[in-house]
Amino acid sequence: MGEILLTMRGICKSFPGVKALNNVDFTLRAGEIHALMGENGAGKSTLIKVLTGVYPKDTGEISVEGQPIAIHSPQDAQKNGIATVYQEITLCPNLTVAENMFIGRNENLVVDWGKMVKRSDELLKNLGIPARPKQQLGSCSIAVQQMVAIARAVDMNCKVLILDEPTSSLDDKEVEMLFSLMRDLKSRGVGIIFVTHFLEQVYAVSDRITVLRNGELVGEYVVEELPQVELVAKMMGKELEGLSDLDKNRGKSSAAGESLYEAENLSSSEAKPFDFQIAKGEVNGFTGLLGSGRSESVRAIFAADKVTGGKVRMKGKQLNINTPYQAMKAGIGYLPEDRKRDGIIADLSVRENIILALQVMKGFFHPMSKAQMSGFADEYIRALEIKTASQDTPVGSLSGGNQQKVILARWLLTHPEYLILDEPTRGIDVGTKTEIQRLVLKLAEEGMSITFISSEIEEMLRTCSRLIVMRDRKIVGELKGEELTQSNVMRTIAGGGKENA
Amino acid sequence: MTANSVSTNEAITARRREPVSNATLLTCISIGIFLTMYIVAIITLKGGFTKPQQVFDILNNNAHLIIIACALTIVMINGSIDISVAGVVALVSMVSVMFLKGRLWPAEGMSDGVRVALAACIAVGIGLMFGLVQGTLIAYLDIQPFIVTLAGMFFARGMITIVSAEPLQLTVSNEPGILTIVQHRIEMMFLGSPNKKGVIIPARMEVGVIAALLVVVIIAVILRKTRLGRHFYAVGGNRQSALTLGINVKRTRFQAHLISSLLAGIAGFVFMMHNVSGNATNATAGEMDAIASSIIGGTLLSGGVGNVIGTFFGVMILATIKLIVVASGLREPWWQTITTGAMLCFFILLQSVVLSRRGHKMKLPPWLKLTKG
Ligand SMILES: Nc1ncnc2c1ncn2[C@@H]1O[C@H](COP(=O)(O)OP(=O)(O)OP(=O)(O)O)[C@@H](O)[C@H]1O
Ligand SMILES: [Mg+2]
Repeated sequence: MGEILLTMRGICKSFPGVKALNNVDFTLRAGEIHALMGENGAGKSTLIKVLTGVYPKDTGEISVEGQPIAIHSPQDAQKNGIATVYQEITLCPNLTVAENMFIGRNENLVVDWGKMVKRSDELLKNLGIPARPKQQLGSCSIAVQQMVAIARAVDMNCKVLILDEPTSSLDDKEVEMLFSLMRDLKSRGVGIIFVTHFLEQVYAVSDRITVLRNGELVGEYVVEELPQVELVAKMMGKELEGLSDLDKNRGKSSAAGESLYEAENLSSSEAKPFDFQIAKGEVNGFTGLLGSGRSESVRAIFAADKVTGGKVRMKGKQLNINTPYQAMKAGIGYLPEDRKRDGIIADLSVRENIILALQVMKGFFHPMSKAQMSGFADEYIRALEIKTASQDTPVGSLSGGNQQKVILARWLLTHPEYLILDEPTRGIDVGTKTEIQRLVLKLAEEGMSITFISSEIEEMLRTCSRLIVMRDRKIVGELKGEELTQSNVMRTIAGGGKENA
Repeated sequence: MTANSVSTNEAITARRREPVSNATLLTCISIGIFLTMYIVAIITLKGGFTKPQQVFDILNNNAHLIIIACALTIVMINGSIDISVAGVVALVSMVSVMFLKGRLWPAEGMSDGVRVALAACIAVGIGLMFGLVQGTLIAYLDIQPFIVTLAGMFFARGMITIVSAEPLQLTVSNEPGILTIVQHRIEMMFLGSPNKKGVIIPARMEVGVIAALLVVVIIAVILRKTRLGRHFYAVGGNRQSALTLGINVKRTRFQAHLISSLLAGIAGFVFMMHNVSGNATNATAGEMDAIASSIIGGTLLSGGVGNVIGTFFGVMILATIKLIVVASGLREPWWQTITTGAMLCFFILLQSVVLSRRGHKMKLPPWLKLTKG
C-alpha cells in the first residue's frame, strides 16, 4: 500500500440542531480504494463536503501529502487534486454534456468548442457512455448524467477521487465498467474514497473501510479482516437479525386473491402497449436492465406520463386514469424513481412532505388539525427511523437516504390499495432496507397489492412472488414460484428469449 | 436483438445531428415573428413601412433600449435581475448634458471633440460605479438582486433632481459644435428613397446605433465563446452545481452586474446623443421594456437560457408593434402599453406551449422534438 495521501484530523461540523460530524479522523493512502460506510445520516456526505470545501468545517485539520492545506471552496479542492462526484447530481442541466465535463477547470479565457467537443467525444467513447457531446445534459437520463459526472472527475488527473454513492443509479453492467475504471486509476496511484450502501460492492473493490455512526468515527478496518456481518453490526451499533427469516416469508404473498388491477394494452407517451394485472395482496415486480422500460411501465399505470391508450379495470370496474390525481383517487400510490425531480419538496418541512399526498386526497378544503398532522408524522418518522432534527426541519437538509424515507412515508400514509414502489431502497442503508422489505411483505399480508422495482435482483426475489421481465421496452417473460431464481432472472433479461426479434 | 444492441444503437445516434435546442428555437421564433409582422405591416399599412428609413428610425429611437436589453439578458441568464438600468440611463444623460453645457465645471479652452469624449468617459464611469456597488451588495453580501437594484433605481432617479432641478437641453444657439458631433448621422444613399418632389433622400442612421449593434455582437461573442459567458449560463442554470463544478459563483455574479451597469452607462450616453436632453423622466420604465424584450427574445426569467440576438429582435418586435398600433389609427398612448402587455402574454404562452409540446413528444415534426429525456 502506498504512502499516506490525505489525512483529516478531528473534523467537527454542526448544522443548526444536528452535530453532523464529531471529531472524525480519516486517512487515505495512495493507490487504495477506501470505502466510507455508515447508515443514512451518519455523516458521510458531510465529511466529503467538508473535504471539498462545500461546507466550512468547524474545527479540524486537513493535509494532503503531509502539507496542511486550507480548503475554502470547491475550486481550492480541485487545485489540490481532489475531484468529486457528489451524491446528488451537481451538473448544470442547461449546458451541453461537453461543457459539463470541462467547465470550471482552469479553462482558457476563450472557449475552444471544437477541441472541447472532440475531447469529450473521446472520453465518452472510451468510457462507453451513451451521450453525445453537444447534447443538453438535461435531456440525458439520470444514470447517464451520473456517468458524465464520473467522466469529468476521471479526466481531471486527480490525486484523490471521491465517489459519493455513484452506483445507486447504474445497472450491473455499468457498475462493472465503473469498477474496472476505479481499479485502473488505483493502479496509477490515485486514492479513491467510495461511498455506497451496497455491501457486495464494497467487498468487490475496496481495500479499507472507515465506518461512521451518528457523526462519530467507529473505526478503520482492512477489508479482509472485517466480515460482512461485522461491518453491518459496526454500522448499526447492533447485530443484524438475520435476513433469513425474511426468506421464509417469501412465497406467502403468492397466495393470490381476486384480481385488483388489470390493464389491457396500456400505453403512454413513454411506454409501448402492455398487459398487466395484479391480485389483491400480491407483491410483484418489473425487472430488466436500466432503460428496459420498467419505470416507464409503472409510470403509465399511475398516469405519470401521458396515457395514450388502453383499458384499465380496478376490481373489475372499468376506469379512466389519465392523471396522477385520478390514479390516487382510484387507490393507487406511486413512489417515483427520481425523487429529486418528482418527489421531494426541499423547502417544505418533513411533516408537510409526509402529509402532502394525504392532504391532496382529502382535498385542500378539508384541512387536518395540527395535532393530527404531527401525530401522523411522528408515527412514520419512528416507523421508518427517519433521522431528522424535528418535524419542522426542511426536507432539503436531510441526508439522501432519509429524504427517500420521507417520500415512502408519504405514500404509506395514504393507505392505497395498490402501491407502486420504484427503487424504494436506493441509497438506503442495509438495516432500513430489510426494514422496508419487511414492511412491504407485511402490507401485502394485510391485503395491499404492491409492485416493486429494484436494481437488486436479490431484493426482488426476496419480496416478489411474480416477476415481469422487460427488455428493449417489451415484456419478454414472466417468472413465478419455482422459476424465481437469480440465474433464471438473469437468463431471461439477457434473452434466452422465445421470441425472434 | 441482444441487450448489447441498445448501447450500439445509442452510439450510432451520436453521429446524427443534434436537434435544435430550446434556446435556439425560441430565438428563431422571435426572428420569424418579427419578419412576419414587418412584412404584414408593409403590405397592409404601406406608408413609412415601405421605406428602409423606417427600420433606421426604429433603430435610432431604440438604440439605448437595445443596449440595456442586452444588459438585462446577461443578468437574467445569470439568474438575477437588474431594474436600475433605466435610472442609470437617465442619470447619465443628465450628467453628460450638464457636463457638455459646462455646468459641472467650466470647460474653457477645451475643444468640442475632447469634451464629448470626456462626457463619454464620465458616462462609463457612472455605470461602473453603479456596477461596483450593486455587484458587491448582490454577489458578496448576498442581498436580493431585486431589492438592491430597486434601491439603485430610486437612487439614480433621485440623484437626477439633485444634480439639476430643471430639465436641460443642448441647443443650437448655445452648443452648436457639440450638437453637430453628437447628432452626426451616417447617410446611406443606396438605401435612400424619393420624397414628394422626387429627390432621393438618403437613409440616415445615428452613431448610437453602431454602438448598440457593436454591443450586441460583442456580448453575443462573450456569451458564446468565452469562459465568462459560459460561467454566466452555468450559474444561472444551477447555482449550487456551478459552485461544486469549481466556478467562482460570487465573482461571476459580480461580473454580471458590473457588465450590466456598465452597459447602462453606455446606453445613457447613447440616449443623450439621440435626445440631447437631461430630464428626471427620461427613459421612464425603460427597464420594463428591456425585460419584456429579453423575454420575447427567448430569455427565461428563471435563468440559464437566452441570447442577445433574440433580445435584439425582442426590442425590434416591441418597437414595431408600437408603430403598427399608431399607424392603425390608435394614437392614444395607452393602446401601445396594452398591446405591449398582450404581446408579452402571447409570447410567454407561445414559449411554454412550444416547450411543453416538445417535452411531451406530441405531433410535431421530428426536428422540433427533444431527444429522449
Ligand atoms: N445542509 C444541511 N443543513 C442541516 N442539516 C444537514 C445538512 N446537510 C446534512 N445535514 C444533517 O447532517 C446529518 C448527516 O448527513 P449526511 O448527508 O452527511 O448523511 P449521509 O451519511 O451521507 O447519509 P445518506 O446515506 O443518507 O446519504 C444528517 O442528520 C442531516 O440531516
Ligand atoms: Mg449521503
